[in-house]
Amino acid sequence: MRRPNPGQEDAILALGQRLERITKTPGLNLAGETLSLDLCGGLWLPEHRTLVVSDLHLEKGSSFAARSGQFLPPYDTRETLACLHEVIARLDPACVVALGDSFHDPSGPERMEPGDRALVSVLQEGRDWVWIAGNHDHAVSSGVGGRYAETMAIGGLTLRHEPIAGAAEGEIAGHLHPCGKVAMRGRAVRRRCFVTDGRRLVMPAFGAYAGGLNVRNTAFEPLFPKGFTAHLLGDGRIFAIERAMLARD
Amino acid sequence: MPDREALPERFAAWFASRGWEPRSHQLELLALGRAGRSALLVAPTGAGKTLAGFLPSLVALSERPARQKGRGLHTLYISPLKALAVDIARNLDQPVAEMGLSIRVETRTGDTPSHKRTRQIERPPDILLTTPEQLALLIAHREAAELFSELRCVILDELHALVTSKRGDLLSLGLARLHRLSPGLAAIGLSATVREPDDLRRYLVPQRPFPLPSAGEGGPRSGSGRDEVPQEGSTGLSGEVAIPSPASHPRGTLPRGGGRGLELGMADLVVVEGGARPDLHMLVTGAKLPLAGHTALQAMPAIYDLIRQHRTVLVFVNTRLQAEYTFQELWRINDDSLPIALHHGSLDVTQRRRVEAAMAAGQLRAIVCTATLDLGIDWGDVDLVINIGAPKGASRIMQRIGRANHRMDEPSKAYLVPANRFEVLECQAALDAVEEAAQDTPDARIGAPDVLAQHVLGMACADAFDPLQLYDEIVSAAPYADLSWEEFEGTVDYVATGGYALRAYERFAKILRGPDGLWRVRDGRVAQQYRMNIGTIIEATKVKVRLGRSLRGKPGTVLPKTGRVLGEIEEDFADTLTPGDTFLFAGEVLRFEGLHEDEALATRAGPGTDPAIPSYAGAKFPLSTFLAARVRALIADPFEWDRLPNQVGDYLAQQRRRSVLPGPADLLVETFPRGGRHYLTAFPFEGRLAHQTLGMLLTRRIERARLRPLGFAANDYGIAIWMTRDINERISLEPDFLDGLFAEDMLGDDLEAWLDESSIMKRTFRQCAVIAGLIERRHPGQKKTGRQVTMSTDLVYDVLRKHQPDHLLLRAARQDAATGLVDVGRLGMMLRRIQGRIIHKALDRVSPLSVSVMLEIGREKVYGEGADEILAEAEAQLLEEALAG
Repeated sequence: MRRPNPGQEDAILALGQRLERITKTPGLNLAGETLSLDLCGGLWLPEHRTLVVSDLHLEKGSSFAARSGQFLPPYDTRETLACLHEVIARLDPACVVALGDSFHDPSGPERMEPGDRALVSVLQEGRDWVWIAGNHDHAVSSGVGGRYAETMAIGGLTLRHEPIAGAAEGEIAGHLHPCGKVAMRGRAVRRRCFVTDGRRLVMPAFGAYAGGLNVRNTAFEPLFPKGFTAHLLGDGRIFAIERAMLARD
Repeated sequence: MPDREALPERFAAWFASRGWEPRSHQLELLALGRAGRSALLVAPTGAGKTLAGFLPSLVALSERPARQKGRGLHTLYISPLKALAVDIARNLDQPVAEMGLSIRVETRTGDTPSHKRTRQIERPPDILLTTPEQLALLIAHREAAELFSELRCVILDELHALVTSKRGDLLSLGLARLHRLSPGLAAIGLSATVREPDDLRRYLVPQRPFPLPSAGEGGPRSGSGRDEVPQEGSTGLSGEVAIPSPASHPRGTLPRGGGRGLELGMADLVVVEGGARPDLHMLVTGAKLPLAGHTALQAMPAIYDLIRQHRTVLVFVNTRLQAEYTFQELWRINDDSLPIALHHGSLDVTQRRRVEAAMAAGQLRAIVCTATLDLGIDWGDVDLVINIGAPKGASRIMQRIGRANHRMDEPSKAYLVPANRFEVLECQAALDAVEEAAQDTPDARIGAPDVLAQHVLGMACADAFDPLQLYDEIVSAAPYADLSWEEFEGTVDYVATGGYALRAYERFAKILRGPDGLWRVRDGRVAQQYRMNIGTIIEATKVKVRLGRSLRGKPGTVLPKTGRVLGEIEEDFADTLTPGDTFLFAGEVLRFEGLHEDEALATRAGPGTDPAIPSYAGAKFPLSTFLAARVRALIADPFEWDRLPNQVGDYLAQQRRRSVLPGPADLLVETFPRGGRHYLTAFPFEGRLAHQTLGMLLTRRIERARLRPLGFAANDYGIAIWMTRDINERISLEPDFLDGLFAEDMLGDDLEAWLDESSIMKRTFRQCAVIAGLIERRHPGQKKTGRQVTMSTDLVYDVLRKHQPDHLLLRAARQDAATGLVDVGRLGMMLRRIQGRIIHKALDRVSPLSVSVMLEIGREKVYGEGADEILAEAEAQLLEEALAG
């Protein structure tokens, strides 16, 4: 197969390392705000000490059991909250924004295990917590702390669940669960990713059981008419990959 | 000798009218049948095995009183192939009609219309021919007890092939249920020659007595080995069923081998010896054999000549890629335009049926085929079998040879065609094994937990079950004989609510335990779900390959839905293709144009294009342990080399001169520098699967030793690992380094760590999850719609192994991995074998033996590449372009 020769390989490695420095140092910039993409799939707004996570889909496992009798392991909520706990402990945000579809369905909060519910309270302690309304959990009532909002503005940024095609610059949204696929030398890697064109950012789904939609899907076209860069969550770091290098499913 | 008198006049006359003499094993089976005994018939092809199996039933049915109403099913026949069941039904019609017997024979397969299925249950035929999956559906039917209450005989065809897979596990559980529903049922197994016939004899009969239903039993039970007290059931039959007692052997049927003490829990054995020895040769032409590769290009003219000289030739190959290639090469030199066809599992079904029909009609001179034609009905008049490539196993090759000439007194004629020098060794080992009639069929299986879960749900669908009774029934099936009560309880718990430590799903339970202690299925929907998801065969999700037309004037644009469908490729393979890639399929080089909805669009590549994507998934059988040992022995003994073609003997002699030849139990490890890299090669001869696992594990260890491994390649004989640092220097500094590297403890933490992330394990997990009903099957033709909720099992796998690593499904996946794609069992055996027997040779350049595995580099996927390396490269390519521009 087309494996690069040794010299070429070293060159590529060197290029990769250079690129790593480039992408690591300045971070992204959107509508005058500095964005830092976290390997866990969260978005960190350092100037506002705000963490944004999208599409947690808590209680998705139990939702399957209730609706179709499929007993997926009921540990997804626990797993998602554990990841959230890790990033919150690391960054200590003043505000956490859950960007919609935080629960897989409106009765999700009622099915939550007491232990998981307690963990949510612990995470909320001492900080502002905003549940942005999603399409899955639009009717979510109270009982899980925090406050509710349809959209939210932070600096020059507008945070909403579902991206709007003609929205003004600075939109941060979720909803689409973007995934990027790279196929090379007979191997394919498919990972969750951030997608941005410098005007808006679509965030990856954070939930343990949240699936993914390939960024080459037509759903992304009206949002990024002039192309985009996908930031794929690798094992050890995030990789910035241009649309042309991304494969369809 | 068996009693000729036992054969009724009508049957004797029929045999005579066909010019046949009843064979002694046919009479033996008849006598056993009259005594109501279970039996295993082991016979070569062409021995009249099927007729022997049915004879007891035909005779019994011919002797019963005139037709009475409401008569139940008498005989059930199970075949691994639907087509075989249909064919046998046709063959049975002849004797039934010619003898004027009043016997109704019907088939029941996935194709049987539903009104006929309903009728078959209301008014069963005398003999029903079906498949293991259909049996599972039948025993889960509400009317099962009634339907099978008068069943006297069950015939399991091609049993040797059935028992080696999860289908065999499922069938064993179905058989246990039949033994219970119809005490005194006789099971007849029909099998080709196997290494351990006793395994099959145990499979046929209950391994433990189980009591007939009795009310009022309850409470948990500890352990599984308690003594049974036979109870008198309400039917007046003895409480124990179908344990053969040695005292009741009919005349002339004393089983062979083993003392009487071994007879408990085994069916009687009837063996038909021999048949004619196969007329088997290795096809070696004067042309130089390559060191690697599986194309056998040099042998094509000779193969073509053989096709010219015979009526109908089956050309077997090991993978679909080889089939495609061979087909193309044969047509390239097909000056006489002989009708040569192609047959493999990825081709469109209608195309396959056309090929089969043409062959049955004698219109074809040769078919290039894969394992799809290993089993099955006799298509036409095959007078020669050619096997291209490595035989992989002695029993496998014998089965294939048997496809030529189905008359047992005439020799089957076959050629083995090695494609490279190693395969010469393997072919020679197989020739020797066939000469000695040595067998290497696999060991008996331990029943899979996922299959058991499926069965337990099925039994709840049939009727309320008492857990104690069901447990006794299940452990009477040989593959599940060692199942503990705790494992069984865990399985019931899994079926009910998923078996999770976190009791989240109690109120959605699929099966519920009533106050009477019996488990019942929750509702009709659960039963419906069960029926839709039955079976253990998980077809890889496939996408259709459609020939698209390029738009004239607009190159690169392909019109979808215009051309014909050529067949299917695995979704996994399609996933790795990028538009512009060329690959071999359906006898042509195709250019991949992209995926459109659920189809892969392709165009014909221009003439002279080489396929760039080397392989796609297809059956790849690893070299059997048995043949591997023989190959090692051949290499180790120069006196044996005379029997090999000169060029192979010379090759081995060169290896001995330049490096060393390992003894039969040794492991040869060579290290050498090449092109600025340092290489390690090793030759365990344990098959590709075990070598891939070994490669992954060794790479991890070499990484930890800071030698910077870059990748590895494996074939059936050995592995090559390359790295940046000098491993030879390390070995000279640390004499124990190699022993440590190959130490058995690599199967501990390293294996666990690798398995957890391995895509092989995720795929295995997915299959277990489907079989055990955690996720639903996608049915062929059923499209993924946006609304339909599909869940990635990879996500489920990651969450489950973190939070409940001992879950039933993870246990099932590990059990599969041990024998299947990861072949850990075999790797463990090898690591034990080579302890203290590593022979290291430091070389300054590659040795003749190492060249063979080095040639695999670049031919197969390179392993040891993490996802991040792939991503980094994609990222870097972008930057490279940017910098260039």
